[in-house]
Amino acid sequence: VTVLCLVEHDASGAADASLRALSFASALASGGAPWPADGAGAASDGVAAVLFAPASEVPRAALASYGAAAVHAVEPGDLAGYAPQAWARALAGLAAQTGASAVLAAATDRGNEVLAHLGAITGQPMAANCLSAQREDNGVHRVVRQRWAGLLLEDALLDGVPALLTVATEAVPATAVAEFTDLAVHVYRPDLAENDLQVRATESAGHSSGVSLATARVVVGGGRGVGGPDGFAPLEELASLLGGVVGVSRVVTSEGWRPHRQQVGQTGTRITPELYLACGISGAIQHMAGCAGAKHIVAVNTDAGAPILAHADYAVLGDLREVIPALVAALRARSAS
Amino acid sequence: MEILVCVKRVPMVGGKILLTGDGQDVDTRMSGFTISPHEECAVEEAVRITERVGGTVSVLTLGPPEAAEQLRDALALGAGRAVLLETGGREWGPIATASAITSEVRRRGAAGDGYDLVLCGNEAADTGGYQVGIRVAHTLGWPCATGIKSLEVAEGGTGGWAVRAGREYRGTEESFEFGLPAVVTVKEGINLPRYPSLPGRLRAKRAVIERHEPAWQDEGLRKQALRVPATERKQAAVLGTGADAVPALLRVLDEWGVLP
Repeated sequence: VTVLCLVEHDASGAADASLRALSFASALASGGAPWPADGAGAASDGVAAVLFAPASEVPRAALASYGAAAVHAVEPGDLAGYAPQAWARALAGLAAQTGASAVLAAATDRGNEVLAHLGAITGQPMAANCLSAQREDNGVHRVVRQRWAGLLLEDALLDGVPALLTVATEAVPATAVAEFTDLAVHVYRPDLAENDLQVRATESAGHSSGVSLATARVVVGGGRGVGGPDGFAPLEELASLLGGVVGVSRVVTSEGWRPHRQQVGQTGTRITPELYLACGISGAIQHMAGCAGAKHIVAVNTDAGAPILAHADYAVLGDLREVIPALVAALRARSAS
Repeated sequence: MEILVCVKRVPMVGGKILLTGDGQDVDTRMSGFTISPHEECAVEEAVRITERVGGTVSVLTLGPPEAAEQLRDALALGAGRAVLLETGGREWGPIATASAITSEVRRRGAAGDGYDLVLCGNEAADTGGYQVGIRVAHTLGWPCATGIKSLEVAEGGTGGWAVRAGREYRGTEESFEFGLPAVVTVKEGINLPRYPSLPGRLRAKRAVIERHEPAWQDEGLRKQALRVPATERKQAAVLGTGADAVPALLRVLDEWGVLP
């Protein structure tokens, strides 16, 4: 079986989510066996990565070490810049050419978008945010996928040749194999349909300076308990002392206290920090869906019965307006000594 | 400009999601319902566009008869017309849903008053399929942009309308420009929806909702069962009260290696 996996990459290399999707593809291609936890398993010979880049720019060693046995480099030509429908058209062509049993992508904005276009082009179903997938003897895929941003799981059967699915961020750790052989790079030039390039991205440098919420090591969270737009200065100060950023709950953005890009939760950003310090946040489940990936959670809350305490490692009971400035002062004293 | 906004009725979930006994659905006997959050912003965006350039906002949902409630919520926010694609209450997959929406777009087009823009949410809060808008666009042969957090509409060079749609991508902003008609799916954060006005609510209450009954169709992603994932249920250890807890908190943070 051949499993195709879309890999997003830029100047800094392949996206972490795509490497995880490659590990997932590798497990699927080798019969749904769990990926080798010790990294000792051989790369499956069935996984082919698909990159939209010139062949010379393909990070071959990285892709091979995450389980790819081949790479299809879709060379730009008219394809300069991201064009979701054109990317899907190229995947459809490659799937037909390789007889792929499945086409995967990471469940990122682009991954979900391109696979949905591919579903529309081929008339096949697409399963978004899968946590596991296994191919049955009859060719049907048995999948577990996330609903409600991971608050619910769905066991489902997925038809379609190829089967189309995206891989949830939490599905597998990216697993590099210890030994791998160099892989062959095949250049592919897609036959595009007339309208495939009518939607194409132009990128502009936005607010990319500094640490991003999605990848920050420390997130200082603020909720209703912050009290209003003027209450965030101590949280900002604490976040910068810890090398982190401020994240907020949905009520904070829907009140207009802070911009939406700072929202942690189902309709905002999903975070994966070492520490999430949640201040004045009660812990609605939509919020918890956004911070389930945090390694450690500490809650600062006046209410010992707040739901967030059932998800936190530690709690400080008290008013954040007292606790946070005291913590800031202690950190300053510590770094001065 | 004629805009169609597609919304979905979803359960309002607070502390915990409960399942029905057969594990096939969310138990909604105790919950209220709401418009899925991205789509509430889609309604607001459509109303703002027509306030600026004129036209009508139609709001559509596919769901049980009770979904008329969500249509009236959208009417109260400023939509002028509502269409209910009535189902027997069973779950519809994305392919069937897209095909029912496409039929409405074509029906309206055939009546000589076609839509210029179809707005959807990026993904429904409950099923999280990420594809209905894209499938509608493909069937109609229209351009489509998804996950949009800023939208500008202007007169295009050839007399028609053109849009510039922006979204975040790995910390930067990317934008797409294309002509209408088109499908755009939006995310919460594109705007801050208004509260319904009293006249708006009265108008919504009186409004006549157009109804159709599309036929359900089977599709190739077949739900077997739903489960609540097993999560580690912790109970936070209390480090102390107020500022007195700070030394203990520092020790914990130090142990975790998160202090500079």
